[in-house]
Amino acid sequence: MTTRIDRRFARLKEEGRPALVTYIMGGDPDFETSLAIMKTLPGAGSDVIELGMPFSDPMADGPAIQAAGLRALKGGQTLKKTLELARAFRQDDNETPIVMMGYYNPIYIYGVERFLADAIEAGIDGLIVVDLPPEMDEELCIPALKAGVNFIRLATPTTDDKRLPTVLTNTSGFVYYVSMTGITGSALPDTAKVAGAVARIKAHTELPVCVGFGVKTAEQARAIGASADGVVVGTAIVNAVANVLGPDGEQTADPAEAVATLVSGLAQGVRGARLAAAR
Amino acid sequence: MNRPAAPNTFRSGPDEQGMFGIFGGRFVAETLMPLILDLEDHWNKAKDDPEFRAELGALSTHYAGRPSKLYFAEGLTRHLGGAKIYFKREDLNHTGSHKINNCLGQILLARRMGKTRIIAETGAGQHGVASATVAARFGLPCVVYMGATDVERQAPNVFRMRLLGAEVKPVASGHGTLKDAMNEALRDWVTNVEDTYYLIGTAAGPHPYPELVRDFQSVIGIEAREQIVEQEGRLPDAIVAAVGGGSNAIGLFHSFLDDAQVRIIGVEAGGHGLQGEEHCASMNAGRPGVLHGNRTYLLQNEDGQILDGHSISAGLDYPGVGPEHSWLRDTGRVEYVPILDNEALEAFQVTTQLEGIIPALESAHAIAHTMKLAPTMDKDQVIIVNLSGRGDKDVHTVAKMMGMEI
Repeated sequence: MTTRIDRRFARLKEEGRPALVTYIMGGDPDFETSLAIMKTLPGAGSDVIELGMPFSDPMADGPAIQAAGLRALKGGQTLKKTLELARAFRQDDNETPIVMMGYYNPIYIYGVERFLADAIEAGIDGLIVVDLPPEMDEELCIPALKAGVNFIRLATPTTDDKRLPTVLTNTSGFVYYVSMTGITGSALPDTAKVAGAVARIKAHTELPVCVGFGVKTAEQARAIGASADGVVVGTAIVNAVANVLGPDGEQTADPAEAVATLVSGLAQGVRGARLAAAR
Repeated sequence: MNRPAAPNTFRSGPDEQGMFGIFGGRFVAETLMPLILDLEDHWNKAKDDPEFRAELGALSTHYAGRPSKLYFAEGLTRHLGGAKIYFKREDLNHTGSHKINNCLGQILLARRMGKTRIIAETGAGQHGVASATVAARFGLPCVVYMGATDVERQAPNVFRMRLLGAEVKPVASGHGTLKDAMNEALRDWVTNVEDTYYLIGTAAGPHPYPELVRDFQSVIGIEAREQIVEQEGRLPDAIVAAVGGGSNAIGLFHSFLDDAQVRIIGVEAGGHGLQGEEHCASMNAGRPGVLHGNRTYLLQNEDGQILDGHSISAGLDYPGVGPEHSWLRDTGRVEYVPILDNEALEAFQVTTQLEGIIPALESAHAIAHTMKLAPTMDKDQVIIVNLSGRGDKDVHTVAKMMGMEI
C-alpha cells in the first residue's frame, strides 16, 4: 500500500533533492490562523507537513513548542479540531502528505480505532507519537499500519546498531532522525556527524531518512540536506508565529505570511543541497 | 468498570513488559529507551546481588537509622475511643521522611552504572532533600527540579537542598507543581543521557522505576509486619497510608497484599472536594491515561489534556499515581479514599497536640482517615498508619491556613 508520503519521496528521489518537512502546531494561535498557515506551506516550498497535536505536558519539547501548544490549547484546540484542520486543508490539496505529531494520551482518550478511522477520513498519511517506543507497538503502531497509516519512528544518537533494527521494524513512510539528544529547538550539532548517522541508518533500511531537531536557517537546511532525504524544521516556524504575536496574543503582522517567508528561504536551502554537495 | 479477576498473588507484578494489568509500561521517547533498558539490566543484576544488598543494608542502618520504630499512639487511640493506632515512624529517618529509603538504593544503582550526575524532581521537597543528601554523601553533583509554586511554599526544604550543595531549578510552567517539575527533569534527562542518572522519587514513571522504587520502599512494610507481630502477636486489621505518587503507601502495603484479613486503605488528596478540579484524587475522580512514562489513573479533561489539580500538601499535588496503585484499585485489593485539605489540617493539629508529633501534611491525610476509621472499629483491633514524614517543613503553610504570621 503506498501513501502520499511514499509517492512524495519517490518523486523527490527522481528530482534528486531532499524534502523540506515543516512542522506547525495545530491551532496555534487559533484554528483559522493555523489553517491559513497550513495552506501557505506547499506554495512556499514545503514537501511534507507535520501537524502538531497540542498536549498539556510535552516532555520532549523545548520552550518554543511548549508555548505554541499552550497557545493552541488556550485558543480551544482539541484533537478533534486538529483533525478538522487537516480535513479543511485537504479540500484544496490532495497531494501534500500530512503527518500528525504529538503525544499518546489525547489519542488514547479519543480511542485508537475511532482516531484512526477519523484520521484516514481527514486525509492523514502518517503519525509520529513521541512517547510510543517499539516496546509499546501494540498500542497504536500495529493498528495504524493495519489501517494503512504510516507510523514514523524517531531514531536518536542513543539508538545504537543493536537497537536500530528494533526501531526500524514496523516503521514506515520515513525515519525521523533526531540529530541530537535533547529537546526540540536545541542547537544544531555538526553536519559531518549527522551525515555519518544518516549513512548508518541507511545501511539498515530502504526508507527515506529525514533529519530534524535544531535546523533553523536555509544554510543549515542546505548542509543537512546534502546527506539526508529530508530536513525537518519545527521550532523556527513556530517562532515565526510567536514573533508576530503581541503580549496579549494580538497579531502584529500576518502569521501565515511570516511563516511563508521563512519556509521559502528554507526551501531554497534544501533545493540547493545536492548541488552544493556535488560541488 | 469491569473488575479483573483476582490473581493468586498480588505481589508478583509487574510482568516483563513492566505492566501491572493494563497499567505501567514504558511510554517514553526513543532517546530514553536505551537508558531505561540499561537501568533495568543493572537493576535485575543488583537486586539479587548480596554485595549490593549488604551495602544498602549497612547504609540503611547506620546512615538512615533503620529500622524505623512502630509506635503505639496511645493519646490518639484514647481520644478516638476505637481501634489501637500504631504509627510507622518514617518521620524519624535521616532527612525526615521515607524518601531516604529509595534514594539510598538508587544512588547505589547510579554508582554501579557509572553515572556521574544526579537529577531529581520534587514536590514537597522531601525527595529533593533526600536526593541532595545522598548526592552529597557520595560526592555527585545534583540538580533538583521543583515547581515554582512549591519553591515558595516549601522554602525551608529549598534552603536545605542548597545547603547540601544541590542546584534547585524552579519550574514556572503549568501551576509550578510536581507534574511540571517531572516534565522538566525528563527534558534534562533526554538532553544529558550520557552521564546523568534520573533519581525518580515515587513509584511511578517508566518501567523499571515503579518496581525498583517499590522494592526500596517495601522495607517499611517488611519491618511493620515483624514489629506488629512482636507487639500485638498478630497482623493488623487495617493499614493506612497517604497516596500522591504512592511510594510510601506501596512501601507499607506490599508485604500485606496477600493477607486477605488486612484491610488496606490509600488516602488521596481531596483538596477542596471532588466536585470541581481542586483536588488530586486521580483514582477517585480521574481515569486511565498515559503520562510520564506509564499508564495510570490521571486527572484529565475529555480531550486527554492533563489537569493541574490542587492539594494543601505539595507532596500529594500530582495529577497521577503510581501504576501499581491503579491496578490494586481496579482489582479491589486496596480501597482509595479522599481526604479534604481541612480534614488533613485538623489531623495535623490533633496529632501535634495529643502525640507531640508534628506530622507532614501528606501523612496528616492518612491520619485524618484513620480518625474516621478507628471509632468504627473495636478496641482490640489494630490500625497501622504510615507516618511518612515529619511536618517541620509545613509549619509555614499551616500557619498561613490558620491565619497566623510566623
